[in-house]
Amino acid sequence: MQLNQRYIRQQILPGFGIGSQEKLTKAKVLIIGMGGLGCPILQYLVGAGVGTIGIMDGDKISESNLHRQLLYDTNQLGLMKVEVAASKMRLQNPLVQIHTHPYSLFKENAFQLIEQYDFVIDATDNFIAKYLINDVSVILNKPWIYGAVSGFEGQIAVFNLKEADGHSLNYRHLFPEQPEVNEIPTCEEAGIIGVLPGIIGTMQAAEAIKIITGIGKPLQNTLLNYNLITSSWYSIHMDSAVSSPTINQQFFDEMIYDHHCVWTENDIDVEDIDVDEIDVTSFVEIQNNKDIFILDVREFHEYPVIDFAHAQIPMSALKQSIAQLPNLPIYVICHQGIRSIYAAQLIKLQKSMDVYSVKGGLTAYFNQINHEQ
Amino acid sequence: MEVQVLFFGSITDITNVTETMVASCADTDTLISQLIQQYPTLSNKKYFIALNQKMIQTNSPLKSGDTVALMPPFSGG
Repeated sequence: MQLNQRYIRQQILPGFGIGSQEKLTKAKVLIIGMGGLGCPILQYLVGAGVGTIGIMDGDKISESNLHRQLLYDTNQLGLMKVEVAASKMRLQNPLVQIHTHPYSLFKENAFQLIEQYDFVIDATDNFIAKYLINDVSVILNKPWIYGAVSGFEGQIAVFNLKEADGHSLNYRHLFPEQPEVNEIPTCEEAGIIGVLPGIIGTMQAAEAIKIITGIGKPLQNTLLNYNLITSSWYSIHMDSAVSSPTINQQFFDEMIYDHHCVWTENDIDVEDIDVDEIDVTSFVEIQNNKDIFILDVREFHEYPVIDFAHAQIPMSALKQSIAQLPNLPIYVICHQGIRSIYAAQLIKLQKSMDVYSVKGGLTAYFNQINHEQ
Repeated sequence: MEVQVLFFGSITDITNVTETMVASCADTDTLISQLIQQYPTLSNKKYFIALNQKMIQTNSPLKSGDTVALMPPFSGG
């Protein structure tokens, strides 16, 4: 291979060279998720000249993506993320083959997709995908690069890449069982500062380049955590003494990844249950009635503390507590009226009384109160 | 004797702090039950424990100056 002007600045690096560039050209990498993590991962791998890159995401561009997903423009709202990302990146580096997979990862398509690539970079925002990537990568004996964010923290790790002594660890060593939907807040609920997935995604791209070229030592068997507020990194090591379930084809076949299915009772899906919303004007009128029960489903740390709820049961603890709710019409309230819909659906699944979600949550409630004053 | 405890991710939603010092604790099981007394919702949370930056899966003795981390799963992207 000739020295290509495009890659010259990395090729002249001692220890990198033409050999590493050839390895990059031959590599086939799948990035699952084209959001806050996926955008910077793709940009740097395209820039570096990774030969074939698959990008997978079933989502369209929405306005709330734009502060952190910098491949997308204001005039591209509603377009498929993978299509927009691919056309932009083909201009950046025409030497890279970009394959688009405009759908989500499911148990049914995971094997066939991951099989086509050397390894996966996880840029997803949910546990269904993370556990699917983990289990399929373990069975196919491929490494995968994990990345995730939570609040002001982010973390990365390289899983299922064998150490010199032959042992390798996977995500089920950390968390053998998949957390349930809504057990851990998502970015939509918890919020996210755009630069954080930018930092974590860029770190994932660096690990990908190390795995492909063999330079340096990848972050295997180590979970590296970054806290943006304190500008601090904290690493946790995992040795071969750590145990985990054996992941094989049978394990995969029997595993339920999409927990929505687990929550169906009598063939009713929780998310299909109709919930009546009550607007804050009507809620204010009835909130002092004696024969109703107002339930706050925010976590205990959330502000402001309110005095008109009859109970506060955080979403994370609600499922276990539904049986204890009184037989009164229940009005569920949260910060913005999103979690309260889900909570109301869960309650309706188990109890037959009327359940309402307060539309717009406490944000709308306090707007209304302040407006009246 | 004192042990430093670090909280990560959604665990800090419960504790409201990222670290705390805990006095006299024989082992990690005792430490966790003390933390649950202080933060009852911690008992519903998923996390793994690391002692001095190394993941542990069984009860481990603690000595002064040890650091224990509670790491929950992260899923945002």
